[in-house]
Amino acid sequence: MADSILVDTAERLFGAIITPQVLAAAEHGDFPQAAWDALAEAGLHLGLLPESAGGFGVAPDEALAILRIAGRHALPLPLAETMLAGWLLSSAGLPVPDGPLTIAPGTGLVLSRDGAKWHIAGTARGIAWGRDAAALVVLADVEGCSHVALLSGGYTIEERLNIAREPRNTLVIDAVPDAVAPSPHSALDLRAAGAATRALMIAGSLERITAMTTQYALDRSQFGRPIGRFQAVQHSVATLASQTAAALAAAGIAAESILPTLRLPAIAAAKARGAEAAGIGAALAHQIHGAIGFTYEHTLHFHTKRLHAWRDEYGGEAEWNAYLGRHLAAAGADALWPTLTAI
Amino acid sequence: MSALTFPPPPASDTAEALRADVRAFLAAELADVPATKRMESWSGFDPEFSRKLGARGWIGMTFPTQYGGHGCSNLERYVVIEELLAAGAPVVGHWISDRQSGPSILRFGTEAQKRFFIPKIVAGECFFCIGMSEPNSGSDLASVRTRATKVDGGWLINGTKLWTSQAHQAHYMILFCRSSGTPDDRQNGTSQFLVDMKSTKGMAIRPVHAMTGEHHFNEIHFQDAFIPDDALLGDEGQGWHQVTSELAYERSGPERFLSSFILLVETLRVLGPAPPERAAIAIGRLGAHLVTLRRLSRSVAGMLEAGENPATQASLVKDLGALLEQEIPDIARAIIAIDPPTEATERFAEVLAYTTLHAPSFSLRGGTREILRGIIARGLGLR
Repeated sequence: MADSILVDTAERLFGAIITPQVLAAAEHGDFPQAAWDALAEAGLHLGLLPESAGGFGVAPDEALAILRIAGRHALPLPLAETMLAGWLLSSAGLPVPDGPLTIAPGTGLVLSRDGAKWHIAGTARGIAWGRDAAALVVLADVEGCSHVALLSGGYTIEERLNIAREPRNTLVIDAVPDAVAPSPHSALDLRAAGAATRALMIAGSLERITAMTTQYALDRSQFGRPIGRFQAVQHSVATLASQTAAALAAAGIAAESILPTLRLPAIAAAKARGAEAAGIGAALAHQIHGAIGFTYEHTLHFHTKRLHAWRDEYGGEAEWNAYLGRHLAAAGADALWPTLTAI
Repeated sequence: MSALTFPPPPASDTAEALRADVRAFLAAELADVPATKRMESWSGFDPEFSRKLGARGWIGMTFPTQYGGHGCSNLERYVVIEELLAAGAPVVGHWISDRQSGPSILRFGTEAQKRFFIPKIVAGECFFCIGMSEPNSGSDLASVRTRATKVDGGWLINGTKLWTSQAHQAHYMILFCRSSGTPDDRQNGTSQFLVDMKSTKGMAIRPVHAMTGEHHFNEIHFQDAFIPDDALLGDEGQGWHQVTSELAYERSGPERFLSSFILLVETLRVLGPAPPERAAIAIGRLGAHLVTLRRLSRSVAGMLEAGENPATQASLVKDLGALLEQEIPDIARAIIAIDPPTEATERFAEVLAYTTLHAPSFSLRGGTREILRGIIARGLGLR
């Protein structure tokens, strides 16, 4: 991915504000408000919005590339979800509120209408930063048609965390939505868009741990020389780098596949490949870092824990490989190559 | 440029427009070629096909027009070669000429050499082989012992080359050997020569059969074999530099991840349009690997087109590509049982057997996995 001004801005900003202290505090429940304010001030969360809704006309792949930078810095903020919420709201013609936003697929929720009066109820699980979001955007079916509902309240929050101790709350909802509109997107679309964000974040995280691991192999000496001088270690680092390269390609595909049109097979390939690289990469980074990388004091875990979380969120390898496999099989053996090149 | 710089592959409408032409040509040309032939991938030899490809303008595409080339971009060439490989076209005849020998002659050759060789290569009528490895010089190429000794009007070659693919069917060899000093001088004192394989005296070609019994490799003995002065390619003593300057082209192309592609096609054929979940997952995974590798490989093609030297990235592509090529037969057999044999799996089993028995070579030829990972480690700053 070419580094744009947006990417440079994100790199500078996240590099300055996301310190190990901020990451540790986030694990203990402190929402990094100052970091969010700086991000919002720079408008980094607005890139997917049309100019009419407050966006600034940047190409979608450039806008999404900042998620790779977020991944590099283990950004403990709902940047991906805020971008996706804005995408859902604006594509349904609804205004996008300020502040960190999050999204919920309709699973477990019932959105219903009584005349002109809407109501939504049920339990939504695994909601990223549900605890901290200013509003929740739900995508739910009403009489077979997909609808977007915006809620700024009317739900109670149960504390839940993912493996990286990022909030993934359970929300018990009984609310009158602030706004509802038909959506052009299905639940699968939203899941795929979410998967694309994770493919980008995984690639950034792998870039980071590859750099950290390479540096560690140069710095750490045993048997009288840096461990990076040992061929066995060199080959492990090279393998980590090649998985990172694959994840970067996956991220590039993901960045081109939400807008202008949502390309599900491409996202399936990107998320599945990125997720596979995440697992292999995290394991290699730990192996090369040795015992120190297993401590809380060392910062490696902030990244590897996120790799483990993100590879599962919005669908892991099995789900997206199966999707892509069915797509390829349906096209048939003789159409395999044209189908792959069309991805 | 860092080792992990992979810019988005440049979009090329010209290249994409070409794709339909190539597909139509291949559909017609290969209509009667069965999977059990296509499976040979870029080891398949058919001089008639090479000539037809030359007539279509699809060999030497990037070579300058003044020598009969077509002045196209690397991206256009990329489309043609990936389509050829995906279809299992028999390309080995001209493959080395198009990928390496032609570009080397254009870069280092004399005007007379360019005028002599390039038009023949472009026509698909001049096949090259590469004389690099020796019995005691495999990955350690700098230890070569084959020697060119200066004599009046030319050079006398003495020594043995080994693993030379297609030497028995090639018209010329690009020979890498020592032209001064001793093997202890390593990279220094090496040169490249263009050796006529059809008329050079003092040269004996002996087949080295692969474990399948096939004849691709050869051992070539040179005993006071005389080659004229104008056989020297580039500068005497610059052989190492010349050989290594083309490695990014050799290691990043689609032939580094499509060698088992025909087996994947036949796997899908046996599975049918609605495979069980476990098979769908396996097929999808291979598809995801192919799609991402193709993007990396095209990204390297874009960097080459821009005049950069992405040697580390090329090694990353080849390392990942060989892993995928070697996984395909393992995964195919895990999702389709070939025992007991059935009519539906007969052809699949034959393609599986061929690919299984060729798979070990995928991480040996063109730089072993160990060599590639060393290059990647160097690119990362570890050596």
